[in-house]
Amino acid sequence: MPQMSMIEAIRDAMDVKMGLDDDVVVYGEDVGYFGGVFRCTHGLQKKYGKHRVFDSPINESGIVGTAIGMGAYGLRPCIEIQFADYIYPAYDQIVSEAARLRYRSNKDFTAPITIRTPCGGGIFGGQTHSQSPESLFTHVSGVKTVIPSNPYDAKGLLISAIEDNDPVIFFEPKRLYNGPFDGHHDRPASNWSKHPLGDVPEGHYSVPIGKASVFSEGSDVTILTYGTMVFVAEAAKKETGIDAEIIDLRTLLPLDVDTIVESVKKTGRCMVLHEATQTSGFGAELSAQVQERCFYHLEAPVVRVCGFDTPYPHAQEWDYFPGPARVGRELKAMMEAE
Amino acid sequence: MSEYKPLKFHVPEPTGRPGDEPDFSGVVIPEAGSVRRPAVDSSAADMKELASSMVRVLNTEGEAVGPWAEGLDDDVLVQGLKNMTRVRAYDERMMTLQRQGKTSFYMKCTGEEAIAVGFQAALMKGDMNFPTYRQQGLLLSTDYPVVDMICQILSNSRDPLKGRQLPIMYSSKEHGFFSISGNLGTQFIQAVGWAMASAIKGDTKIAAGWIGDGSTAETDFHAALVNASVYKPPVVLNIVNNQWAISSFRGIAGGDHATFAERALGYDFPALRVDGNDYLAVYAASKWAVERARRGFGPTLIEWVTYRVAPHSTSDDPSQYRPKEESSAWPLGDPILRLKNYLIKRDLWSEERQTQIEAEYNDEIRAATKEAESYGVMGSGASPKDMFDDVYEEMPPHLREQRQKLGV
Repeated sequence: MPQMSMIEAIRDAMDVKMGLDDDVVVYGEDVGYFGGVFRCTHGLQKKYGKHRVFDSPINESGIVGTAIGMGAYGLRPCIEIQFADYIYPAYDQIVSEAARLRYRSNKDFTAPITIRTPCGGGIFGGQTHSQSPESLFTHVSGVKTVIPSNPYDAKGLLISAIEDNDPVIFFEPKRLYNGPFDGHHDRPASNWSKHPLGDVPEGHYSVPIGKASVFSEGSDVTILTYGTMVFVAEAAKKETGIDAEIIDLRTLLPLDVDTIVESVKKTGRCMVLHEATQTSGFGAELSAQVQERCFYHLEAPVVRVCGFDTPYPHAQEWDYFPGPARVGRELKAMMEAE
Repeated sequence: MSEYKPLKFHVPEPTGRPGDEPDFSGVVIPEAGSVRRPAVDSSAADMKELASSMVRVLNTEGEAVGPWAEGLDDDVLVQGLKNMTRVRAYDERMMTLQRQGKTSFYMKCTGEEAIAVGFQAALMKGDMNFPTYRQQGLLLSTDYPVVDMICQILSNSRDPLKGRQLPIMYSSKEHGFFSISGNLGTQFIQAVGWAMASAIKGDTKIAAGWIGDGSTAETDFHAALVNASVYKPPVVLNIVNNQWAISSFRGIAGGDHATFAERALGYDFPALRVDGNDYLAVYAASKWAVERARRGFGPTLIEWVTYRVAPHSTSDDPSQYRPKEESSAWPLGDPILRLKNYLIKRDLWSEERQTQIEAEYNDEIRAATKEAESYGVMGSGASPKDMFDDVYEEMPPHLREQRQKLGV
């Protein structure tokens, strides 16, 4: 199997789908000729033509609004919002329109659109290039929210998203584009070329939406996480010696509750770990689910380790980011709890 | 001492509020027939003045005059009168239904019937409207079953939308009527996207977006115009300027002095400003813009100048915010009366026939209402089970669990 970065895997997913389905179109800011600021669509315009891969005006509401119209016509748009931090002008189109179209029209019209958008921090992007707004979408009925953590899942999930007949918000943790990142920002960056999850099959395959994966088995504590934090959790596990079971949720909505419950019942402890701000974050939902379903199996309170409830800072990025040291401290405290 | 005087904050006001005499002296109405008719492939620069003037066909004597009067099919005009009469009969009946407490909500389009009815007459099967809540005339000009429309209003067991939508938010793909949102302006950009798709696929279908004067202030209006400007898709963007957005006059949307149509010129595509109460002008302008789109010459913005005779909805009372006599003082008159008088003058119609069709449509709508009521009124037939379906194509586990907890 070829070795791919997450960027190449995402590009390959679009390439595969565009080759198989003439109704798939790809557009967004700088997506056409240039191939996207992160190069995810590089070469696609040359291969499929300007009528299927093109630049859009800097107009996020327009990017999503036109995609809804195209979806109503019968196309299957896969659009890019350049940074998740820029998605808010499109929020009304996503929440009031794409998410509700099937429901309000009794299936007369649907919105089979995929909205790709890079999210998360760790790149010194400051408050406008680092946010993780996933909980603003998991709170909305009618959209699915997906967030892969590696090239293999990214390609398989993006193919599933494009094939899905409902709107999918596809978050791409940008710090993982070129390699797994364990949160040790002061060490040399690694890349996907030697990582097993960088082994990406050619051609068509899919990873199902709504299924979590047990990233690393363990027996002491369950860590529920996704995106960039998967590898941070792995580092904390290694560095503390605590035998944590790391669940990579991959899809936040619909949530794979069964995998979560099975793991927490086994370990009796649960940490919820995400990069996004804590209050009303997706971790609150995870914590509630575990409390409702696993209360009598818990040996310690569910712990949330998240970004602090501040705007994403620039110079203080590594104080803000829930890195392996902070995760390790919290893990140890959990294990000591009676 | 500063050479500058203290600044003053400007809040525009309409020419009249309750207790005032209506004043439309500021509404400039050119002579019928005085506006030229450019070729459909004209550039925005070649027809700038059409965004500031007003296309009118019927003159004060009730004659059709000028270049926009040419090539209008008499049968279409007669059918237009019938359809407008039917829309008015429908509105009156639905209003009664709401007053009787059989539905929660209704919105009439009184005085604006010519716009939706005349525009629909210019479309072909397969084209797609992205309407607002005041374009019932689009749907009533097709063969969409009126009983289904009333069932939607009643949210009963035959409601095509299963009780999920506010009354009047119809949807019918087959009849070129996109699902109405209720969030204003959102559908304007979607129409542009639909038209882009038609061009991407090399189709010949066109899209039509609809928005009110008030909602042109929404950011999606700009989104629609800039994307229409960039990609030049086959779309007609309709602004129904009925002077009032609930209680806010058009000036609160920035349309007191500049016309809404003129906004297209900055985006480099043509605009027409049309007497929206003149059925002949509406039909002629619609045909022009639709033909332009279908021939691949790109978008057109049309400002339909009209007046909202009705309240915004059953939830407001216009006597609280505008002069009582304003609707009867509106200088462009009543679209049904104007078309009827024209057709009578041409010996294509008569007062007797008008009385006859009014009675026929009243009977039709009354019978349809009776049938619809037999399926339940105001939500009585809607099932709680329907609440959980179609949120997604397949019901996810969390919704299944919630439905089971409700026990349905």
